Amino acid sequence: MGSRHVYVLSFLLTLLGAGLFIYKIVALGFPIVPGEKSDLWDVEVRISFVARGGPVKVSMFIPRTSSRLAVVDENFISRGFGLTTTLVNGNRQAAWAIRKASGAQALYYRSSVQALEPAEEETVAKRPESQPLPSLEGPYLAAAETLLKSAREQSADLDTMVAQLIKHLWEPHNDSNAALLTGPRPDRDRVAEAALQLLALAQVPARLLQGVRLTLPSGEAPMLSWLQVYSEGRWSAFDLGTGEAGLPGDYLIFSIGPEPLFKVKGGNKVHYTIAVRRTEAGGLEAAALRGRIVNPQLLEFSLLSLPMQTQSVYRVLLAVPVGAFLLVIMRNIVGIKTFGTFMPVLIGLAFRETQLLWGLVLFCAVVTLGLSVRFYFERLKLLLVPRLAAVLIVVVLLMAALSIVSHHLGLDRALSVALFPMVIMTMTIERMSIVWEERGPAEAIQQGLGSLVVAALAYLAMAAAYTEHLMFVFPELLLVLLAGSLLLGKYTGYRLVELRRFKALASPRP
Amino acid sequence: MIFGTVRRLREAGVLGLNERNNRYTLAYNPRYLYPLVDDKLRTKQLALKAGLSVPELYGVIEIEHQIKGIHEVLEGHREFVIKPAQGSGGDGVLVVAGRAKHMYRLVSGVIMGRSQLAHYASNILSGLFSLGGHPDRALIEYRVQFDPLFGAISFQGVPDIRIVVFQGFPVMAMVRLPTRLSDGKANLHQGAIGAGVDIATGRTLTAVWRNEVVTEHPDTGNPVTGLQIPHWDRLLGIAAQAYDLTGMGYVGVDIVLDRDKGPLLLELNARPGLNIQIANRAGLLPRLQLIERIAARPNTVEERVAFAKDHLAAP
Ligand SMILES: Nc1ncnc2c1ncn2[C@@H]1O[C@H](COP(=O)(O)OP(=O)(O)O)[C@@H](O)[C@H]1O
Ligand SMILES: [Mg+2]
Repeated sequence: MGSRHVYVLSFLLTLLGAGLFIYKIVALGFPIVPGEKSDLWDVEVRISFVARGGPVKVSMFIPRTSSRLAVVDENFISRGFGLTTTLVNGNRQAAWAIRKASGAQALYYRSSVQALEPAEEETVAKRPESQPLPSLEGPYLAAAETLLKSAREQSADLDTMVAQLIKHLWEPHNDSNAALLTGPRPDRDRVAEAALQLLALAQVPARLLQGVRLTLPSGEAPMLSWLQVYSEGRWSAFDLGTGEAGLPGDYLIFSIGPEPLFKVKGGNKVHYTIAVRRTEAGGLEAAALRGRIVNPQLLEFSLLSLPMQTQSVYRVLLAVPVGAFLLVIMRNIVGIKTFGTFMPVLIGLAFRETQLLWGLVLFCAVVTLGLSVRFYFERLKLLLVPRLAAVLIVVVLLMAALSIVSHHLGLDRALSVALFPMVIMTMTIERMSIVWEERGPAEAIQQGLGSLVVAALAYLAMAAAYTEHLMFVFPELLLVLLAGSLLLGKYTGYRLVELRRFKALASPRP
Repeated sequence: MIFGTVRRLREAGVLGLNERNNRYTLAYNPRYLYPLVDDKLRTKQLALKAGLSVPELYGVIEIEHQIKGIHEVLEGHREFVIKPAQGSGGDGVLVVAGRAKHMYRLVSGVIMGRSQLAHYASNILSGLFSLGGHPDRALIEYRVQFDPLFGAISFQGVPDIRIVVFQGFPVMAMVRLPTRLSDGKANLHQGAIGAGVDIATGRTLTAVWRNEVVTEHPDTGNPVTGLQIPHWDRLLGIAAQAYDLTGMGYVGVDIVLDRDKGPLLLELNARPGLNIQIANRAGLLPRLQLIERIAARPNTVEERVAFAKDHLAAP
């Protein structure tokens, strides 16, 4: 079929792709730039301790999805520990266990949390079973009763009473009764404990929430407890610091109840940190939520409806065509020679994990070493397929050795050499050695460098946050790339390198 | 700078790789015909059927098992060539020029043991040199003895004559002279010299060696321009006939001149290289377009050759 056909097809594809692209930006408000208006967070809890040498058990409450924040993805990193997650009294709990451990240990919990549009209606909560009366005696009981009384007098309803109580508890210097319950220097925990006792005395069901706030400016998010009080089928929350009513939208609940966030059995020097980071992906989800309202059908069939894990795969996959397109340009317009058609793209993909510089270093190391082994094999006169298998084995061995050596040198980046596609490496080494023998080292090195340059460029193109975002949010751009590739398939202009090759023909005849 | 060069190359009618692929090989060479030219054995059979001379085939090794018997096949032949049936660009062509005891001596003087030769054949079978790495066959054939004319201007190998044939018309030709670098092979990127040949007269024009214009053979120092290639009309005839043989619209025909047997068809190329333009210091495009414009297309080989000689003479 003629060129006309290709031009028309490319035009239609471009029209469709670009049209959808513009529609999504203008009408649906999809963000063109990554990281706009993010409402997705990464939460990481790290528990470190020194194991005593015997069995170790660690349990920790882990966040739950609430009506405002959804835990969309989570994972646990715990070398050697067995892991179970269970529901304990309505709380989610992770339990790590190991038969024997000694020395410093670190356990990680990571999750992605996404803000939801707040739901209108909350379900009616059942009245909890009545709590036992607090074990307050003598002066403590008297102080508590006085406090309760004055709070009641200064308030109109339960909500204001609770707020009053908390306020009083923070002012031990003004109120000797409060001083008796919280001590001279109250802190959040002491206030929480006192408030629970007071409310129990007043026969008001109350409980504590443990959680973190996601939007505090610092990287570390302290554990903050919140007070919840039951009345008329509803749990309402109070800030234990100020007495203010209501739960902030960014409060991520880890557990309900007085129990501590985690317990470690069989270890000491326990230390924990909670880190919260806003991820850049967010603008997209925000737009998706908005889009869902404008035109739900459109998004049902978009990548955004896929599970998180699959989405992250597609983030990478959709960038590959960009690399391939770049390869087409490098080969058919510039005229760079590479080993294998798509090898540079695959190597570029592997660079994502190693980062560019390390990737180049590791690639060169593996290929150079592999090549020398391959030259040795050449002398052994092996059949082709067994020889390829042998080179493959050597490549894997080299990668393992490189990882071990670099790990001992403290270069953890180099561990990711394992992500290099080994079959591709093997074929590269094989082809390079043949070119080396048949056409000489100059040609082999030239083609090797060509491949490497294209791989690096493909990496830069594919790994750019911008590319990834654009292709993922606007997969219709693939149609534009498709159109571009079709057009390049009909390209008849000179390759840049041909300008040099045919130099003699460009100069006028002598 | 770039645009200036592009413009001047356009004016000279230089054919680039993209354009060759798009306008000529993709358009004029149907995919199903490729096996005819990509497999040298089939080309040979076709040529023989059409009455063209080819280097005599001594044997074919198709499976690993036959390699054991390779030395028996070679028994009666001091000189021979082993090459992959589906190779290209001179890769994998082994030219054996004699024996040293029971070992084999290559044109370059390198000695190859019996097991080395067997290993070489096995490499061919496993597809080391074939286009897509497919399993291949090894051909063993007569080693062409070069015409004394070329003795002074080729180093240890047989020069071959490459003629680009478009729709049955020979459009451009060059003679490729092996050098020390090319190891007895006449492929340009292996380091052979290419000298343009005037289609009308069969005289050599300027020559290129590794993309540089040269006038003398780098190994022998003899001039390479102005030589008359013998049997020129027959060579053009063979080339033109190659089109009827396969139906490929755009091919490069490789012919060798044997001292005793005259012109022998060596192989056909469905993707002939573009350096022939440098050797001729002329672009292919004007000639190809001229052929494309012919209204009443002559049918016989003789007519096509005559047309080419009339219209495509070197300026
Ligand atoms: N039978 C032969 N006798 C002598 N030289 C040969 C013979 N066959 C091939 N050669 C040399 O090897 C070169 C490449 O061989 P050819 O058959 O054209 O394969 P390719 O497809 O790899 O170009 C030829 O140009 C010629 O110089
Ligand atoms: Mg050839």
